[in-house]
This record gives sequence, C-alpha cells and structure tokens, in this order.
Amino acid sequence: MTVWIAIIGASLIAFALKFAGYTVPPTFLEKPKVSRVTTLLPAALLAALVVMQTFTTGSQLVLDARAAGLVAAAIALVLRAPFIVVVIAAAGTAAALRAVGWP
Amino acid sequence: MASRTSPVDPARRAVIRQGLSVAVATGLYGISFGALGVASGLSIWQTCVTSLLLFSGGSQFALIGVLGGGGGVGAAIAASSLLGVRNTLYGLQLTPTMAPRGLWRIPVAQFTIDESTAVAIAQDDTATRRLGFWVTGAGIYVGWNVMTLVGALVGDAIGDPKQYGLDAAASGAFLALLWPRLRKREPVAVAITAAVVAAALVPVVPVGIPVIAAAVVAVVFGLFTRSRVPDEQKPDGTPV
Repeated sequence: MTVWIAIIGASLIAFALKFAGYTVPPTFLEKPKVSRVTTLLPAALLAALVVMQTFTTGSQLVLDARAAGLVAAAIALVLRAPFIVVVIAAAGTAAALRAVGWP
Repeated sequence: MASRTSPVDPARRAVIRQGLSVAVATGLYGISFGALGVASGLSIWQTCVTSLLLFSGGSQFALIGVLGGGGGVGAAIAASSLLGVRNTLYGLQLTPTMAPRGLWRIPVAQFTIDESTAVAIAQDDTATRRLGFWVTGAGIYVGWNVMTLVGALVGDAIGDPKQYGLDAAASGAFLALLWPRLRKREPVAVAITAAVVAAALVPVVPVGIPVIAAAVVAVVFGLFTRSRVPDEQKPDGTPV
C-alpha cells in the first residue's frame, strides 16, 4: 500500500510541475527582456543535457564510453552527417568500446 | 491538409526523423526501468503504472531507487519531485510554441520531458517545433511504456541497454540538437557557461538541479547583457 501511495503521490506532483509551466500568461513571455532570455535558453538547456547525459551517473561526474560516443557524434557533425548517423555513431562507438571492456 | 503535410517538406521530414530516433533510443531504455522496478520490490503492475502516470525517466528511477533502498514514502516522493522541477521550466519555454488549451493541456503537460523539449526547441519555426514535440513525446510515451512492461516481465534477460550504447545515443542526439545553435558567439558563450556550471554542480547539489542552474545562466545572460547586433529575428522570435 505504501508503494502505491508513493507512486500516486509522486505522479500527481510530477504532473502538477509539468502543468505549472503552461500556466504563465503569454503576455509575460512577450516582454523584450523575457523573450531575450527564452531565446538563449535552448542553448543553455541543451548544453546542460549533453553534460548530464554524457558525464554523470547520479551525483557523480564520470568519464566512460559515453564520452567517446560524444566525440564520435561531434566528428560526425563536423562532417555534416545527418542526425540519425550522428546518433548511430555515438551509440556504435560506446557499444564497441564496452564490448572490449570499457566501463 | 495533404498539401501542407506533403512529404516533400524537408524541414518536416527532418524533424520527424529526429523525433523518431530520439524516441527509439529513449523508449528502449524503458526496459531498464521495468527490470529495475521489479528488482526494487514493485509488482509488475506498479512498475507499469509508474511509467504511465509519472512518465519522467529521472523521477521514476529516483522513486524506485529510494523505495528499493528502504526509504520512506516521503523521501521517495521528494526525490522524484525534485527531479521534476525542471519540467516546469520546459513548459514555460514551450508555452508560446504549444499554447495548449482546455483538455489538450493534459497530454501536452504529460509529454513535457527532456527529450521532447530538446527536439522542439531546436527547431526554427513554430510548426516544426510542435511537430517535433508531438513526435518525440508521443513516440517516447508509447515506447517507454511498452518497454517498461517488457523489462518488468523478462527482467535482465535482454541485457543492459548500455551494452548497445543507448545512453550514448541520447548524448549524441542532444549534441546534434545543440550544434546548429553554435554558429553565433552569444549562444556559444551561453552553452559553454551552462555546461561548465551544470558539471560543477553535479557533485554538490541534488540530481536535477544542475539543469535548472544552466537555465539560470541563460536568465542572467539575457537580463544583464545586451544583444550586440540588432536582433535579426523571425516573426516567432527565433534568431535566424
């Protein structure tokens, strides 16, 4: 029963948090200063997501096969490869390195 | 509608392909949640309901991590919720794009996660952003829930998704989404600062906070610096 309470409680809060973001009035988002911030936000968020996804496990900074995958993705991007090739290059590099014993 | 959604539009095709590749890589990861959920002492049913209702990878792993480790209900909900705060920020960022009304706000809110936001905000105009959000969000929702069930049923039989490099696939996808934004000096400065701040905070703040700190970098940058060139902008506010 306690497990159900945890699941339902966490789900309700998670939904409320998601929903809350959409309750801000559009007029606020149209203000010049605010719109300048929201123009810069994607670069900041995407850069942080790259870091979190590649170099962290829980609360630890780690360097493992994902980093090599990211390098492969960067090389593919420099070579102007299409999106799916970039993704496969990253996955394939990490998978190959792990197959030979990398963490 | 047929003419508007004709398959010749390369921007639409590109965003669908992006959304689907992110959805496949992320959706497959649901298998590790399913396996871990059962291993943490949840029933198959409880594990699946968590993916259906909570639907936010980090929050889900945090919830079962605390419960599996013998933590209390309060601690489990707190850990999960702390990780969910960034979704509020994503909604804020997506409001002008998605502008959901009425009951549509329910699926839009539910699909608001890292990946759907990342694909959406990386696009150049409102129509492709919306398409990116729906393809990625709905694609992951289906894949994540199906694979949660598979993982809960078969456990570790298929093996760790890491073995196939799926975690690195997500890294590569996020980098590919960031890449086109790195042509101007200002977003490059913001991206580097945000990345450094997020990385520096990882060991010292709870999981989920570094991404919020990265957003603060953009806020500070936006409020306290001035754009050098007059903004060359498209009607929806995206820089060219």
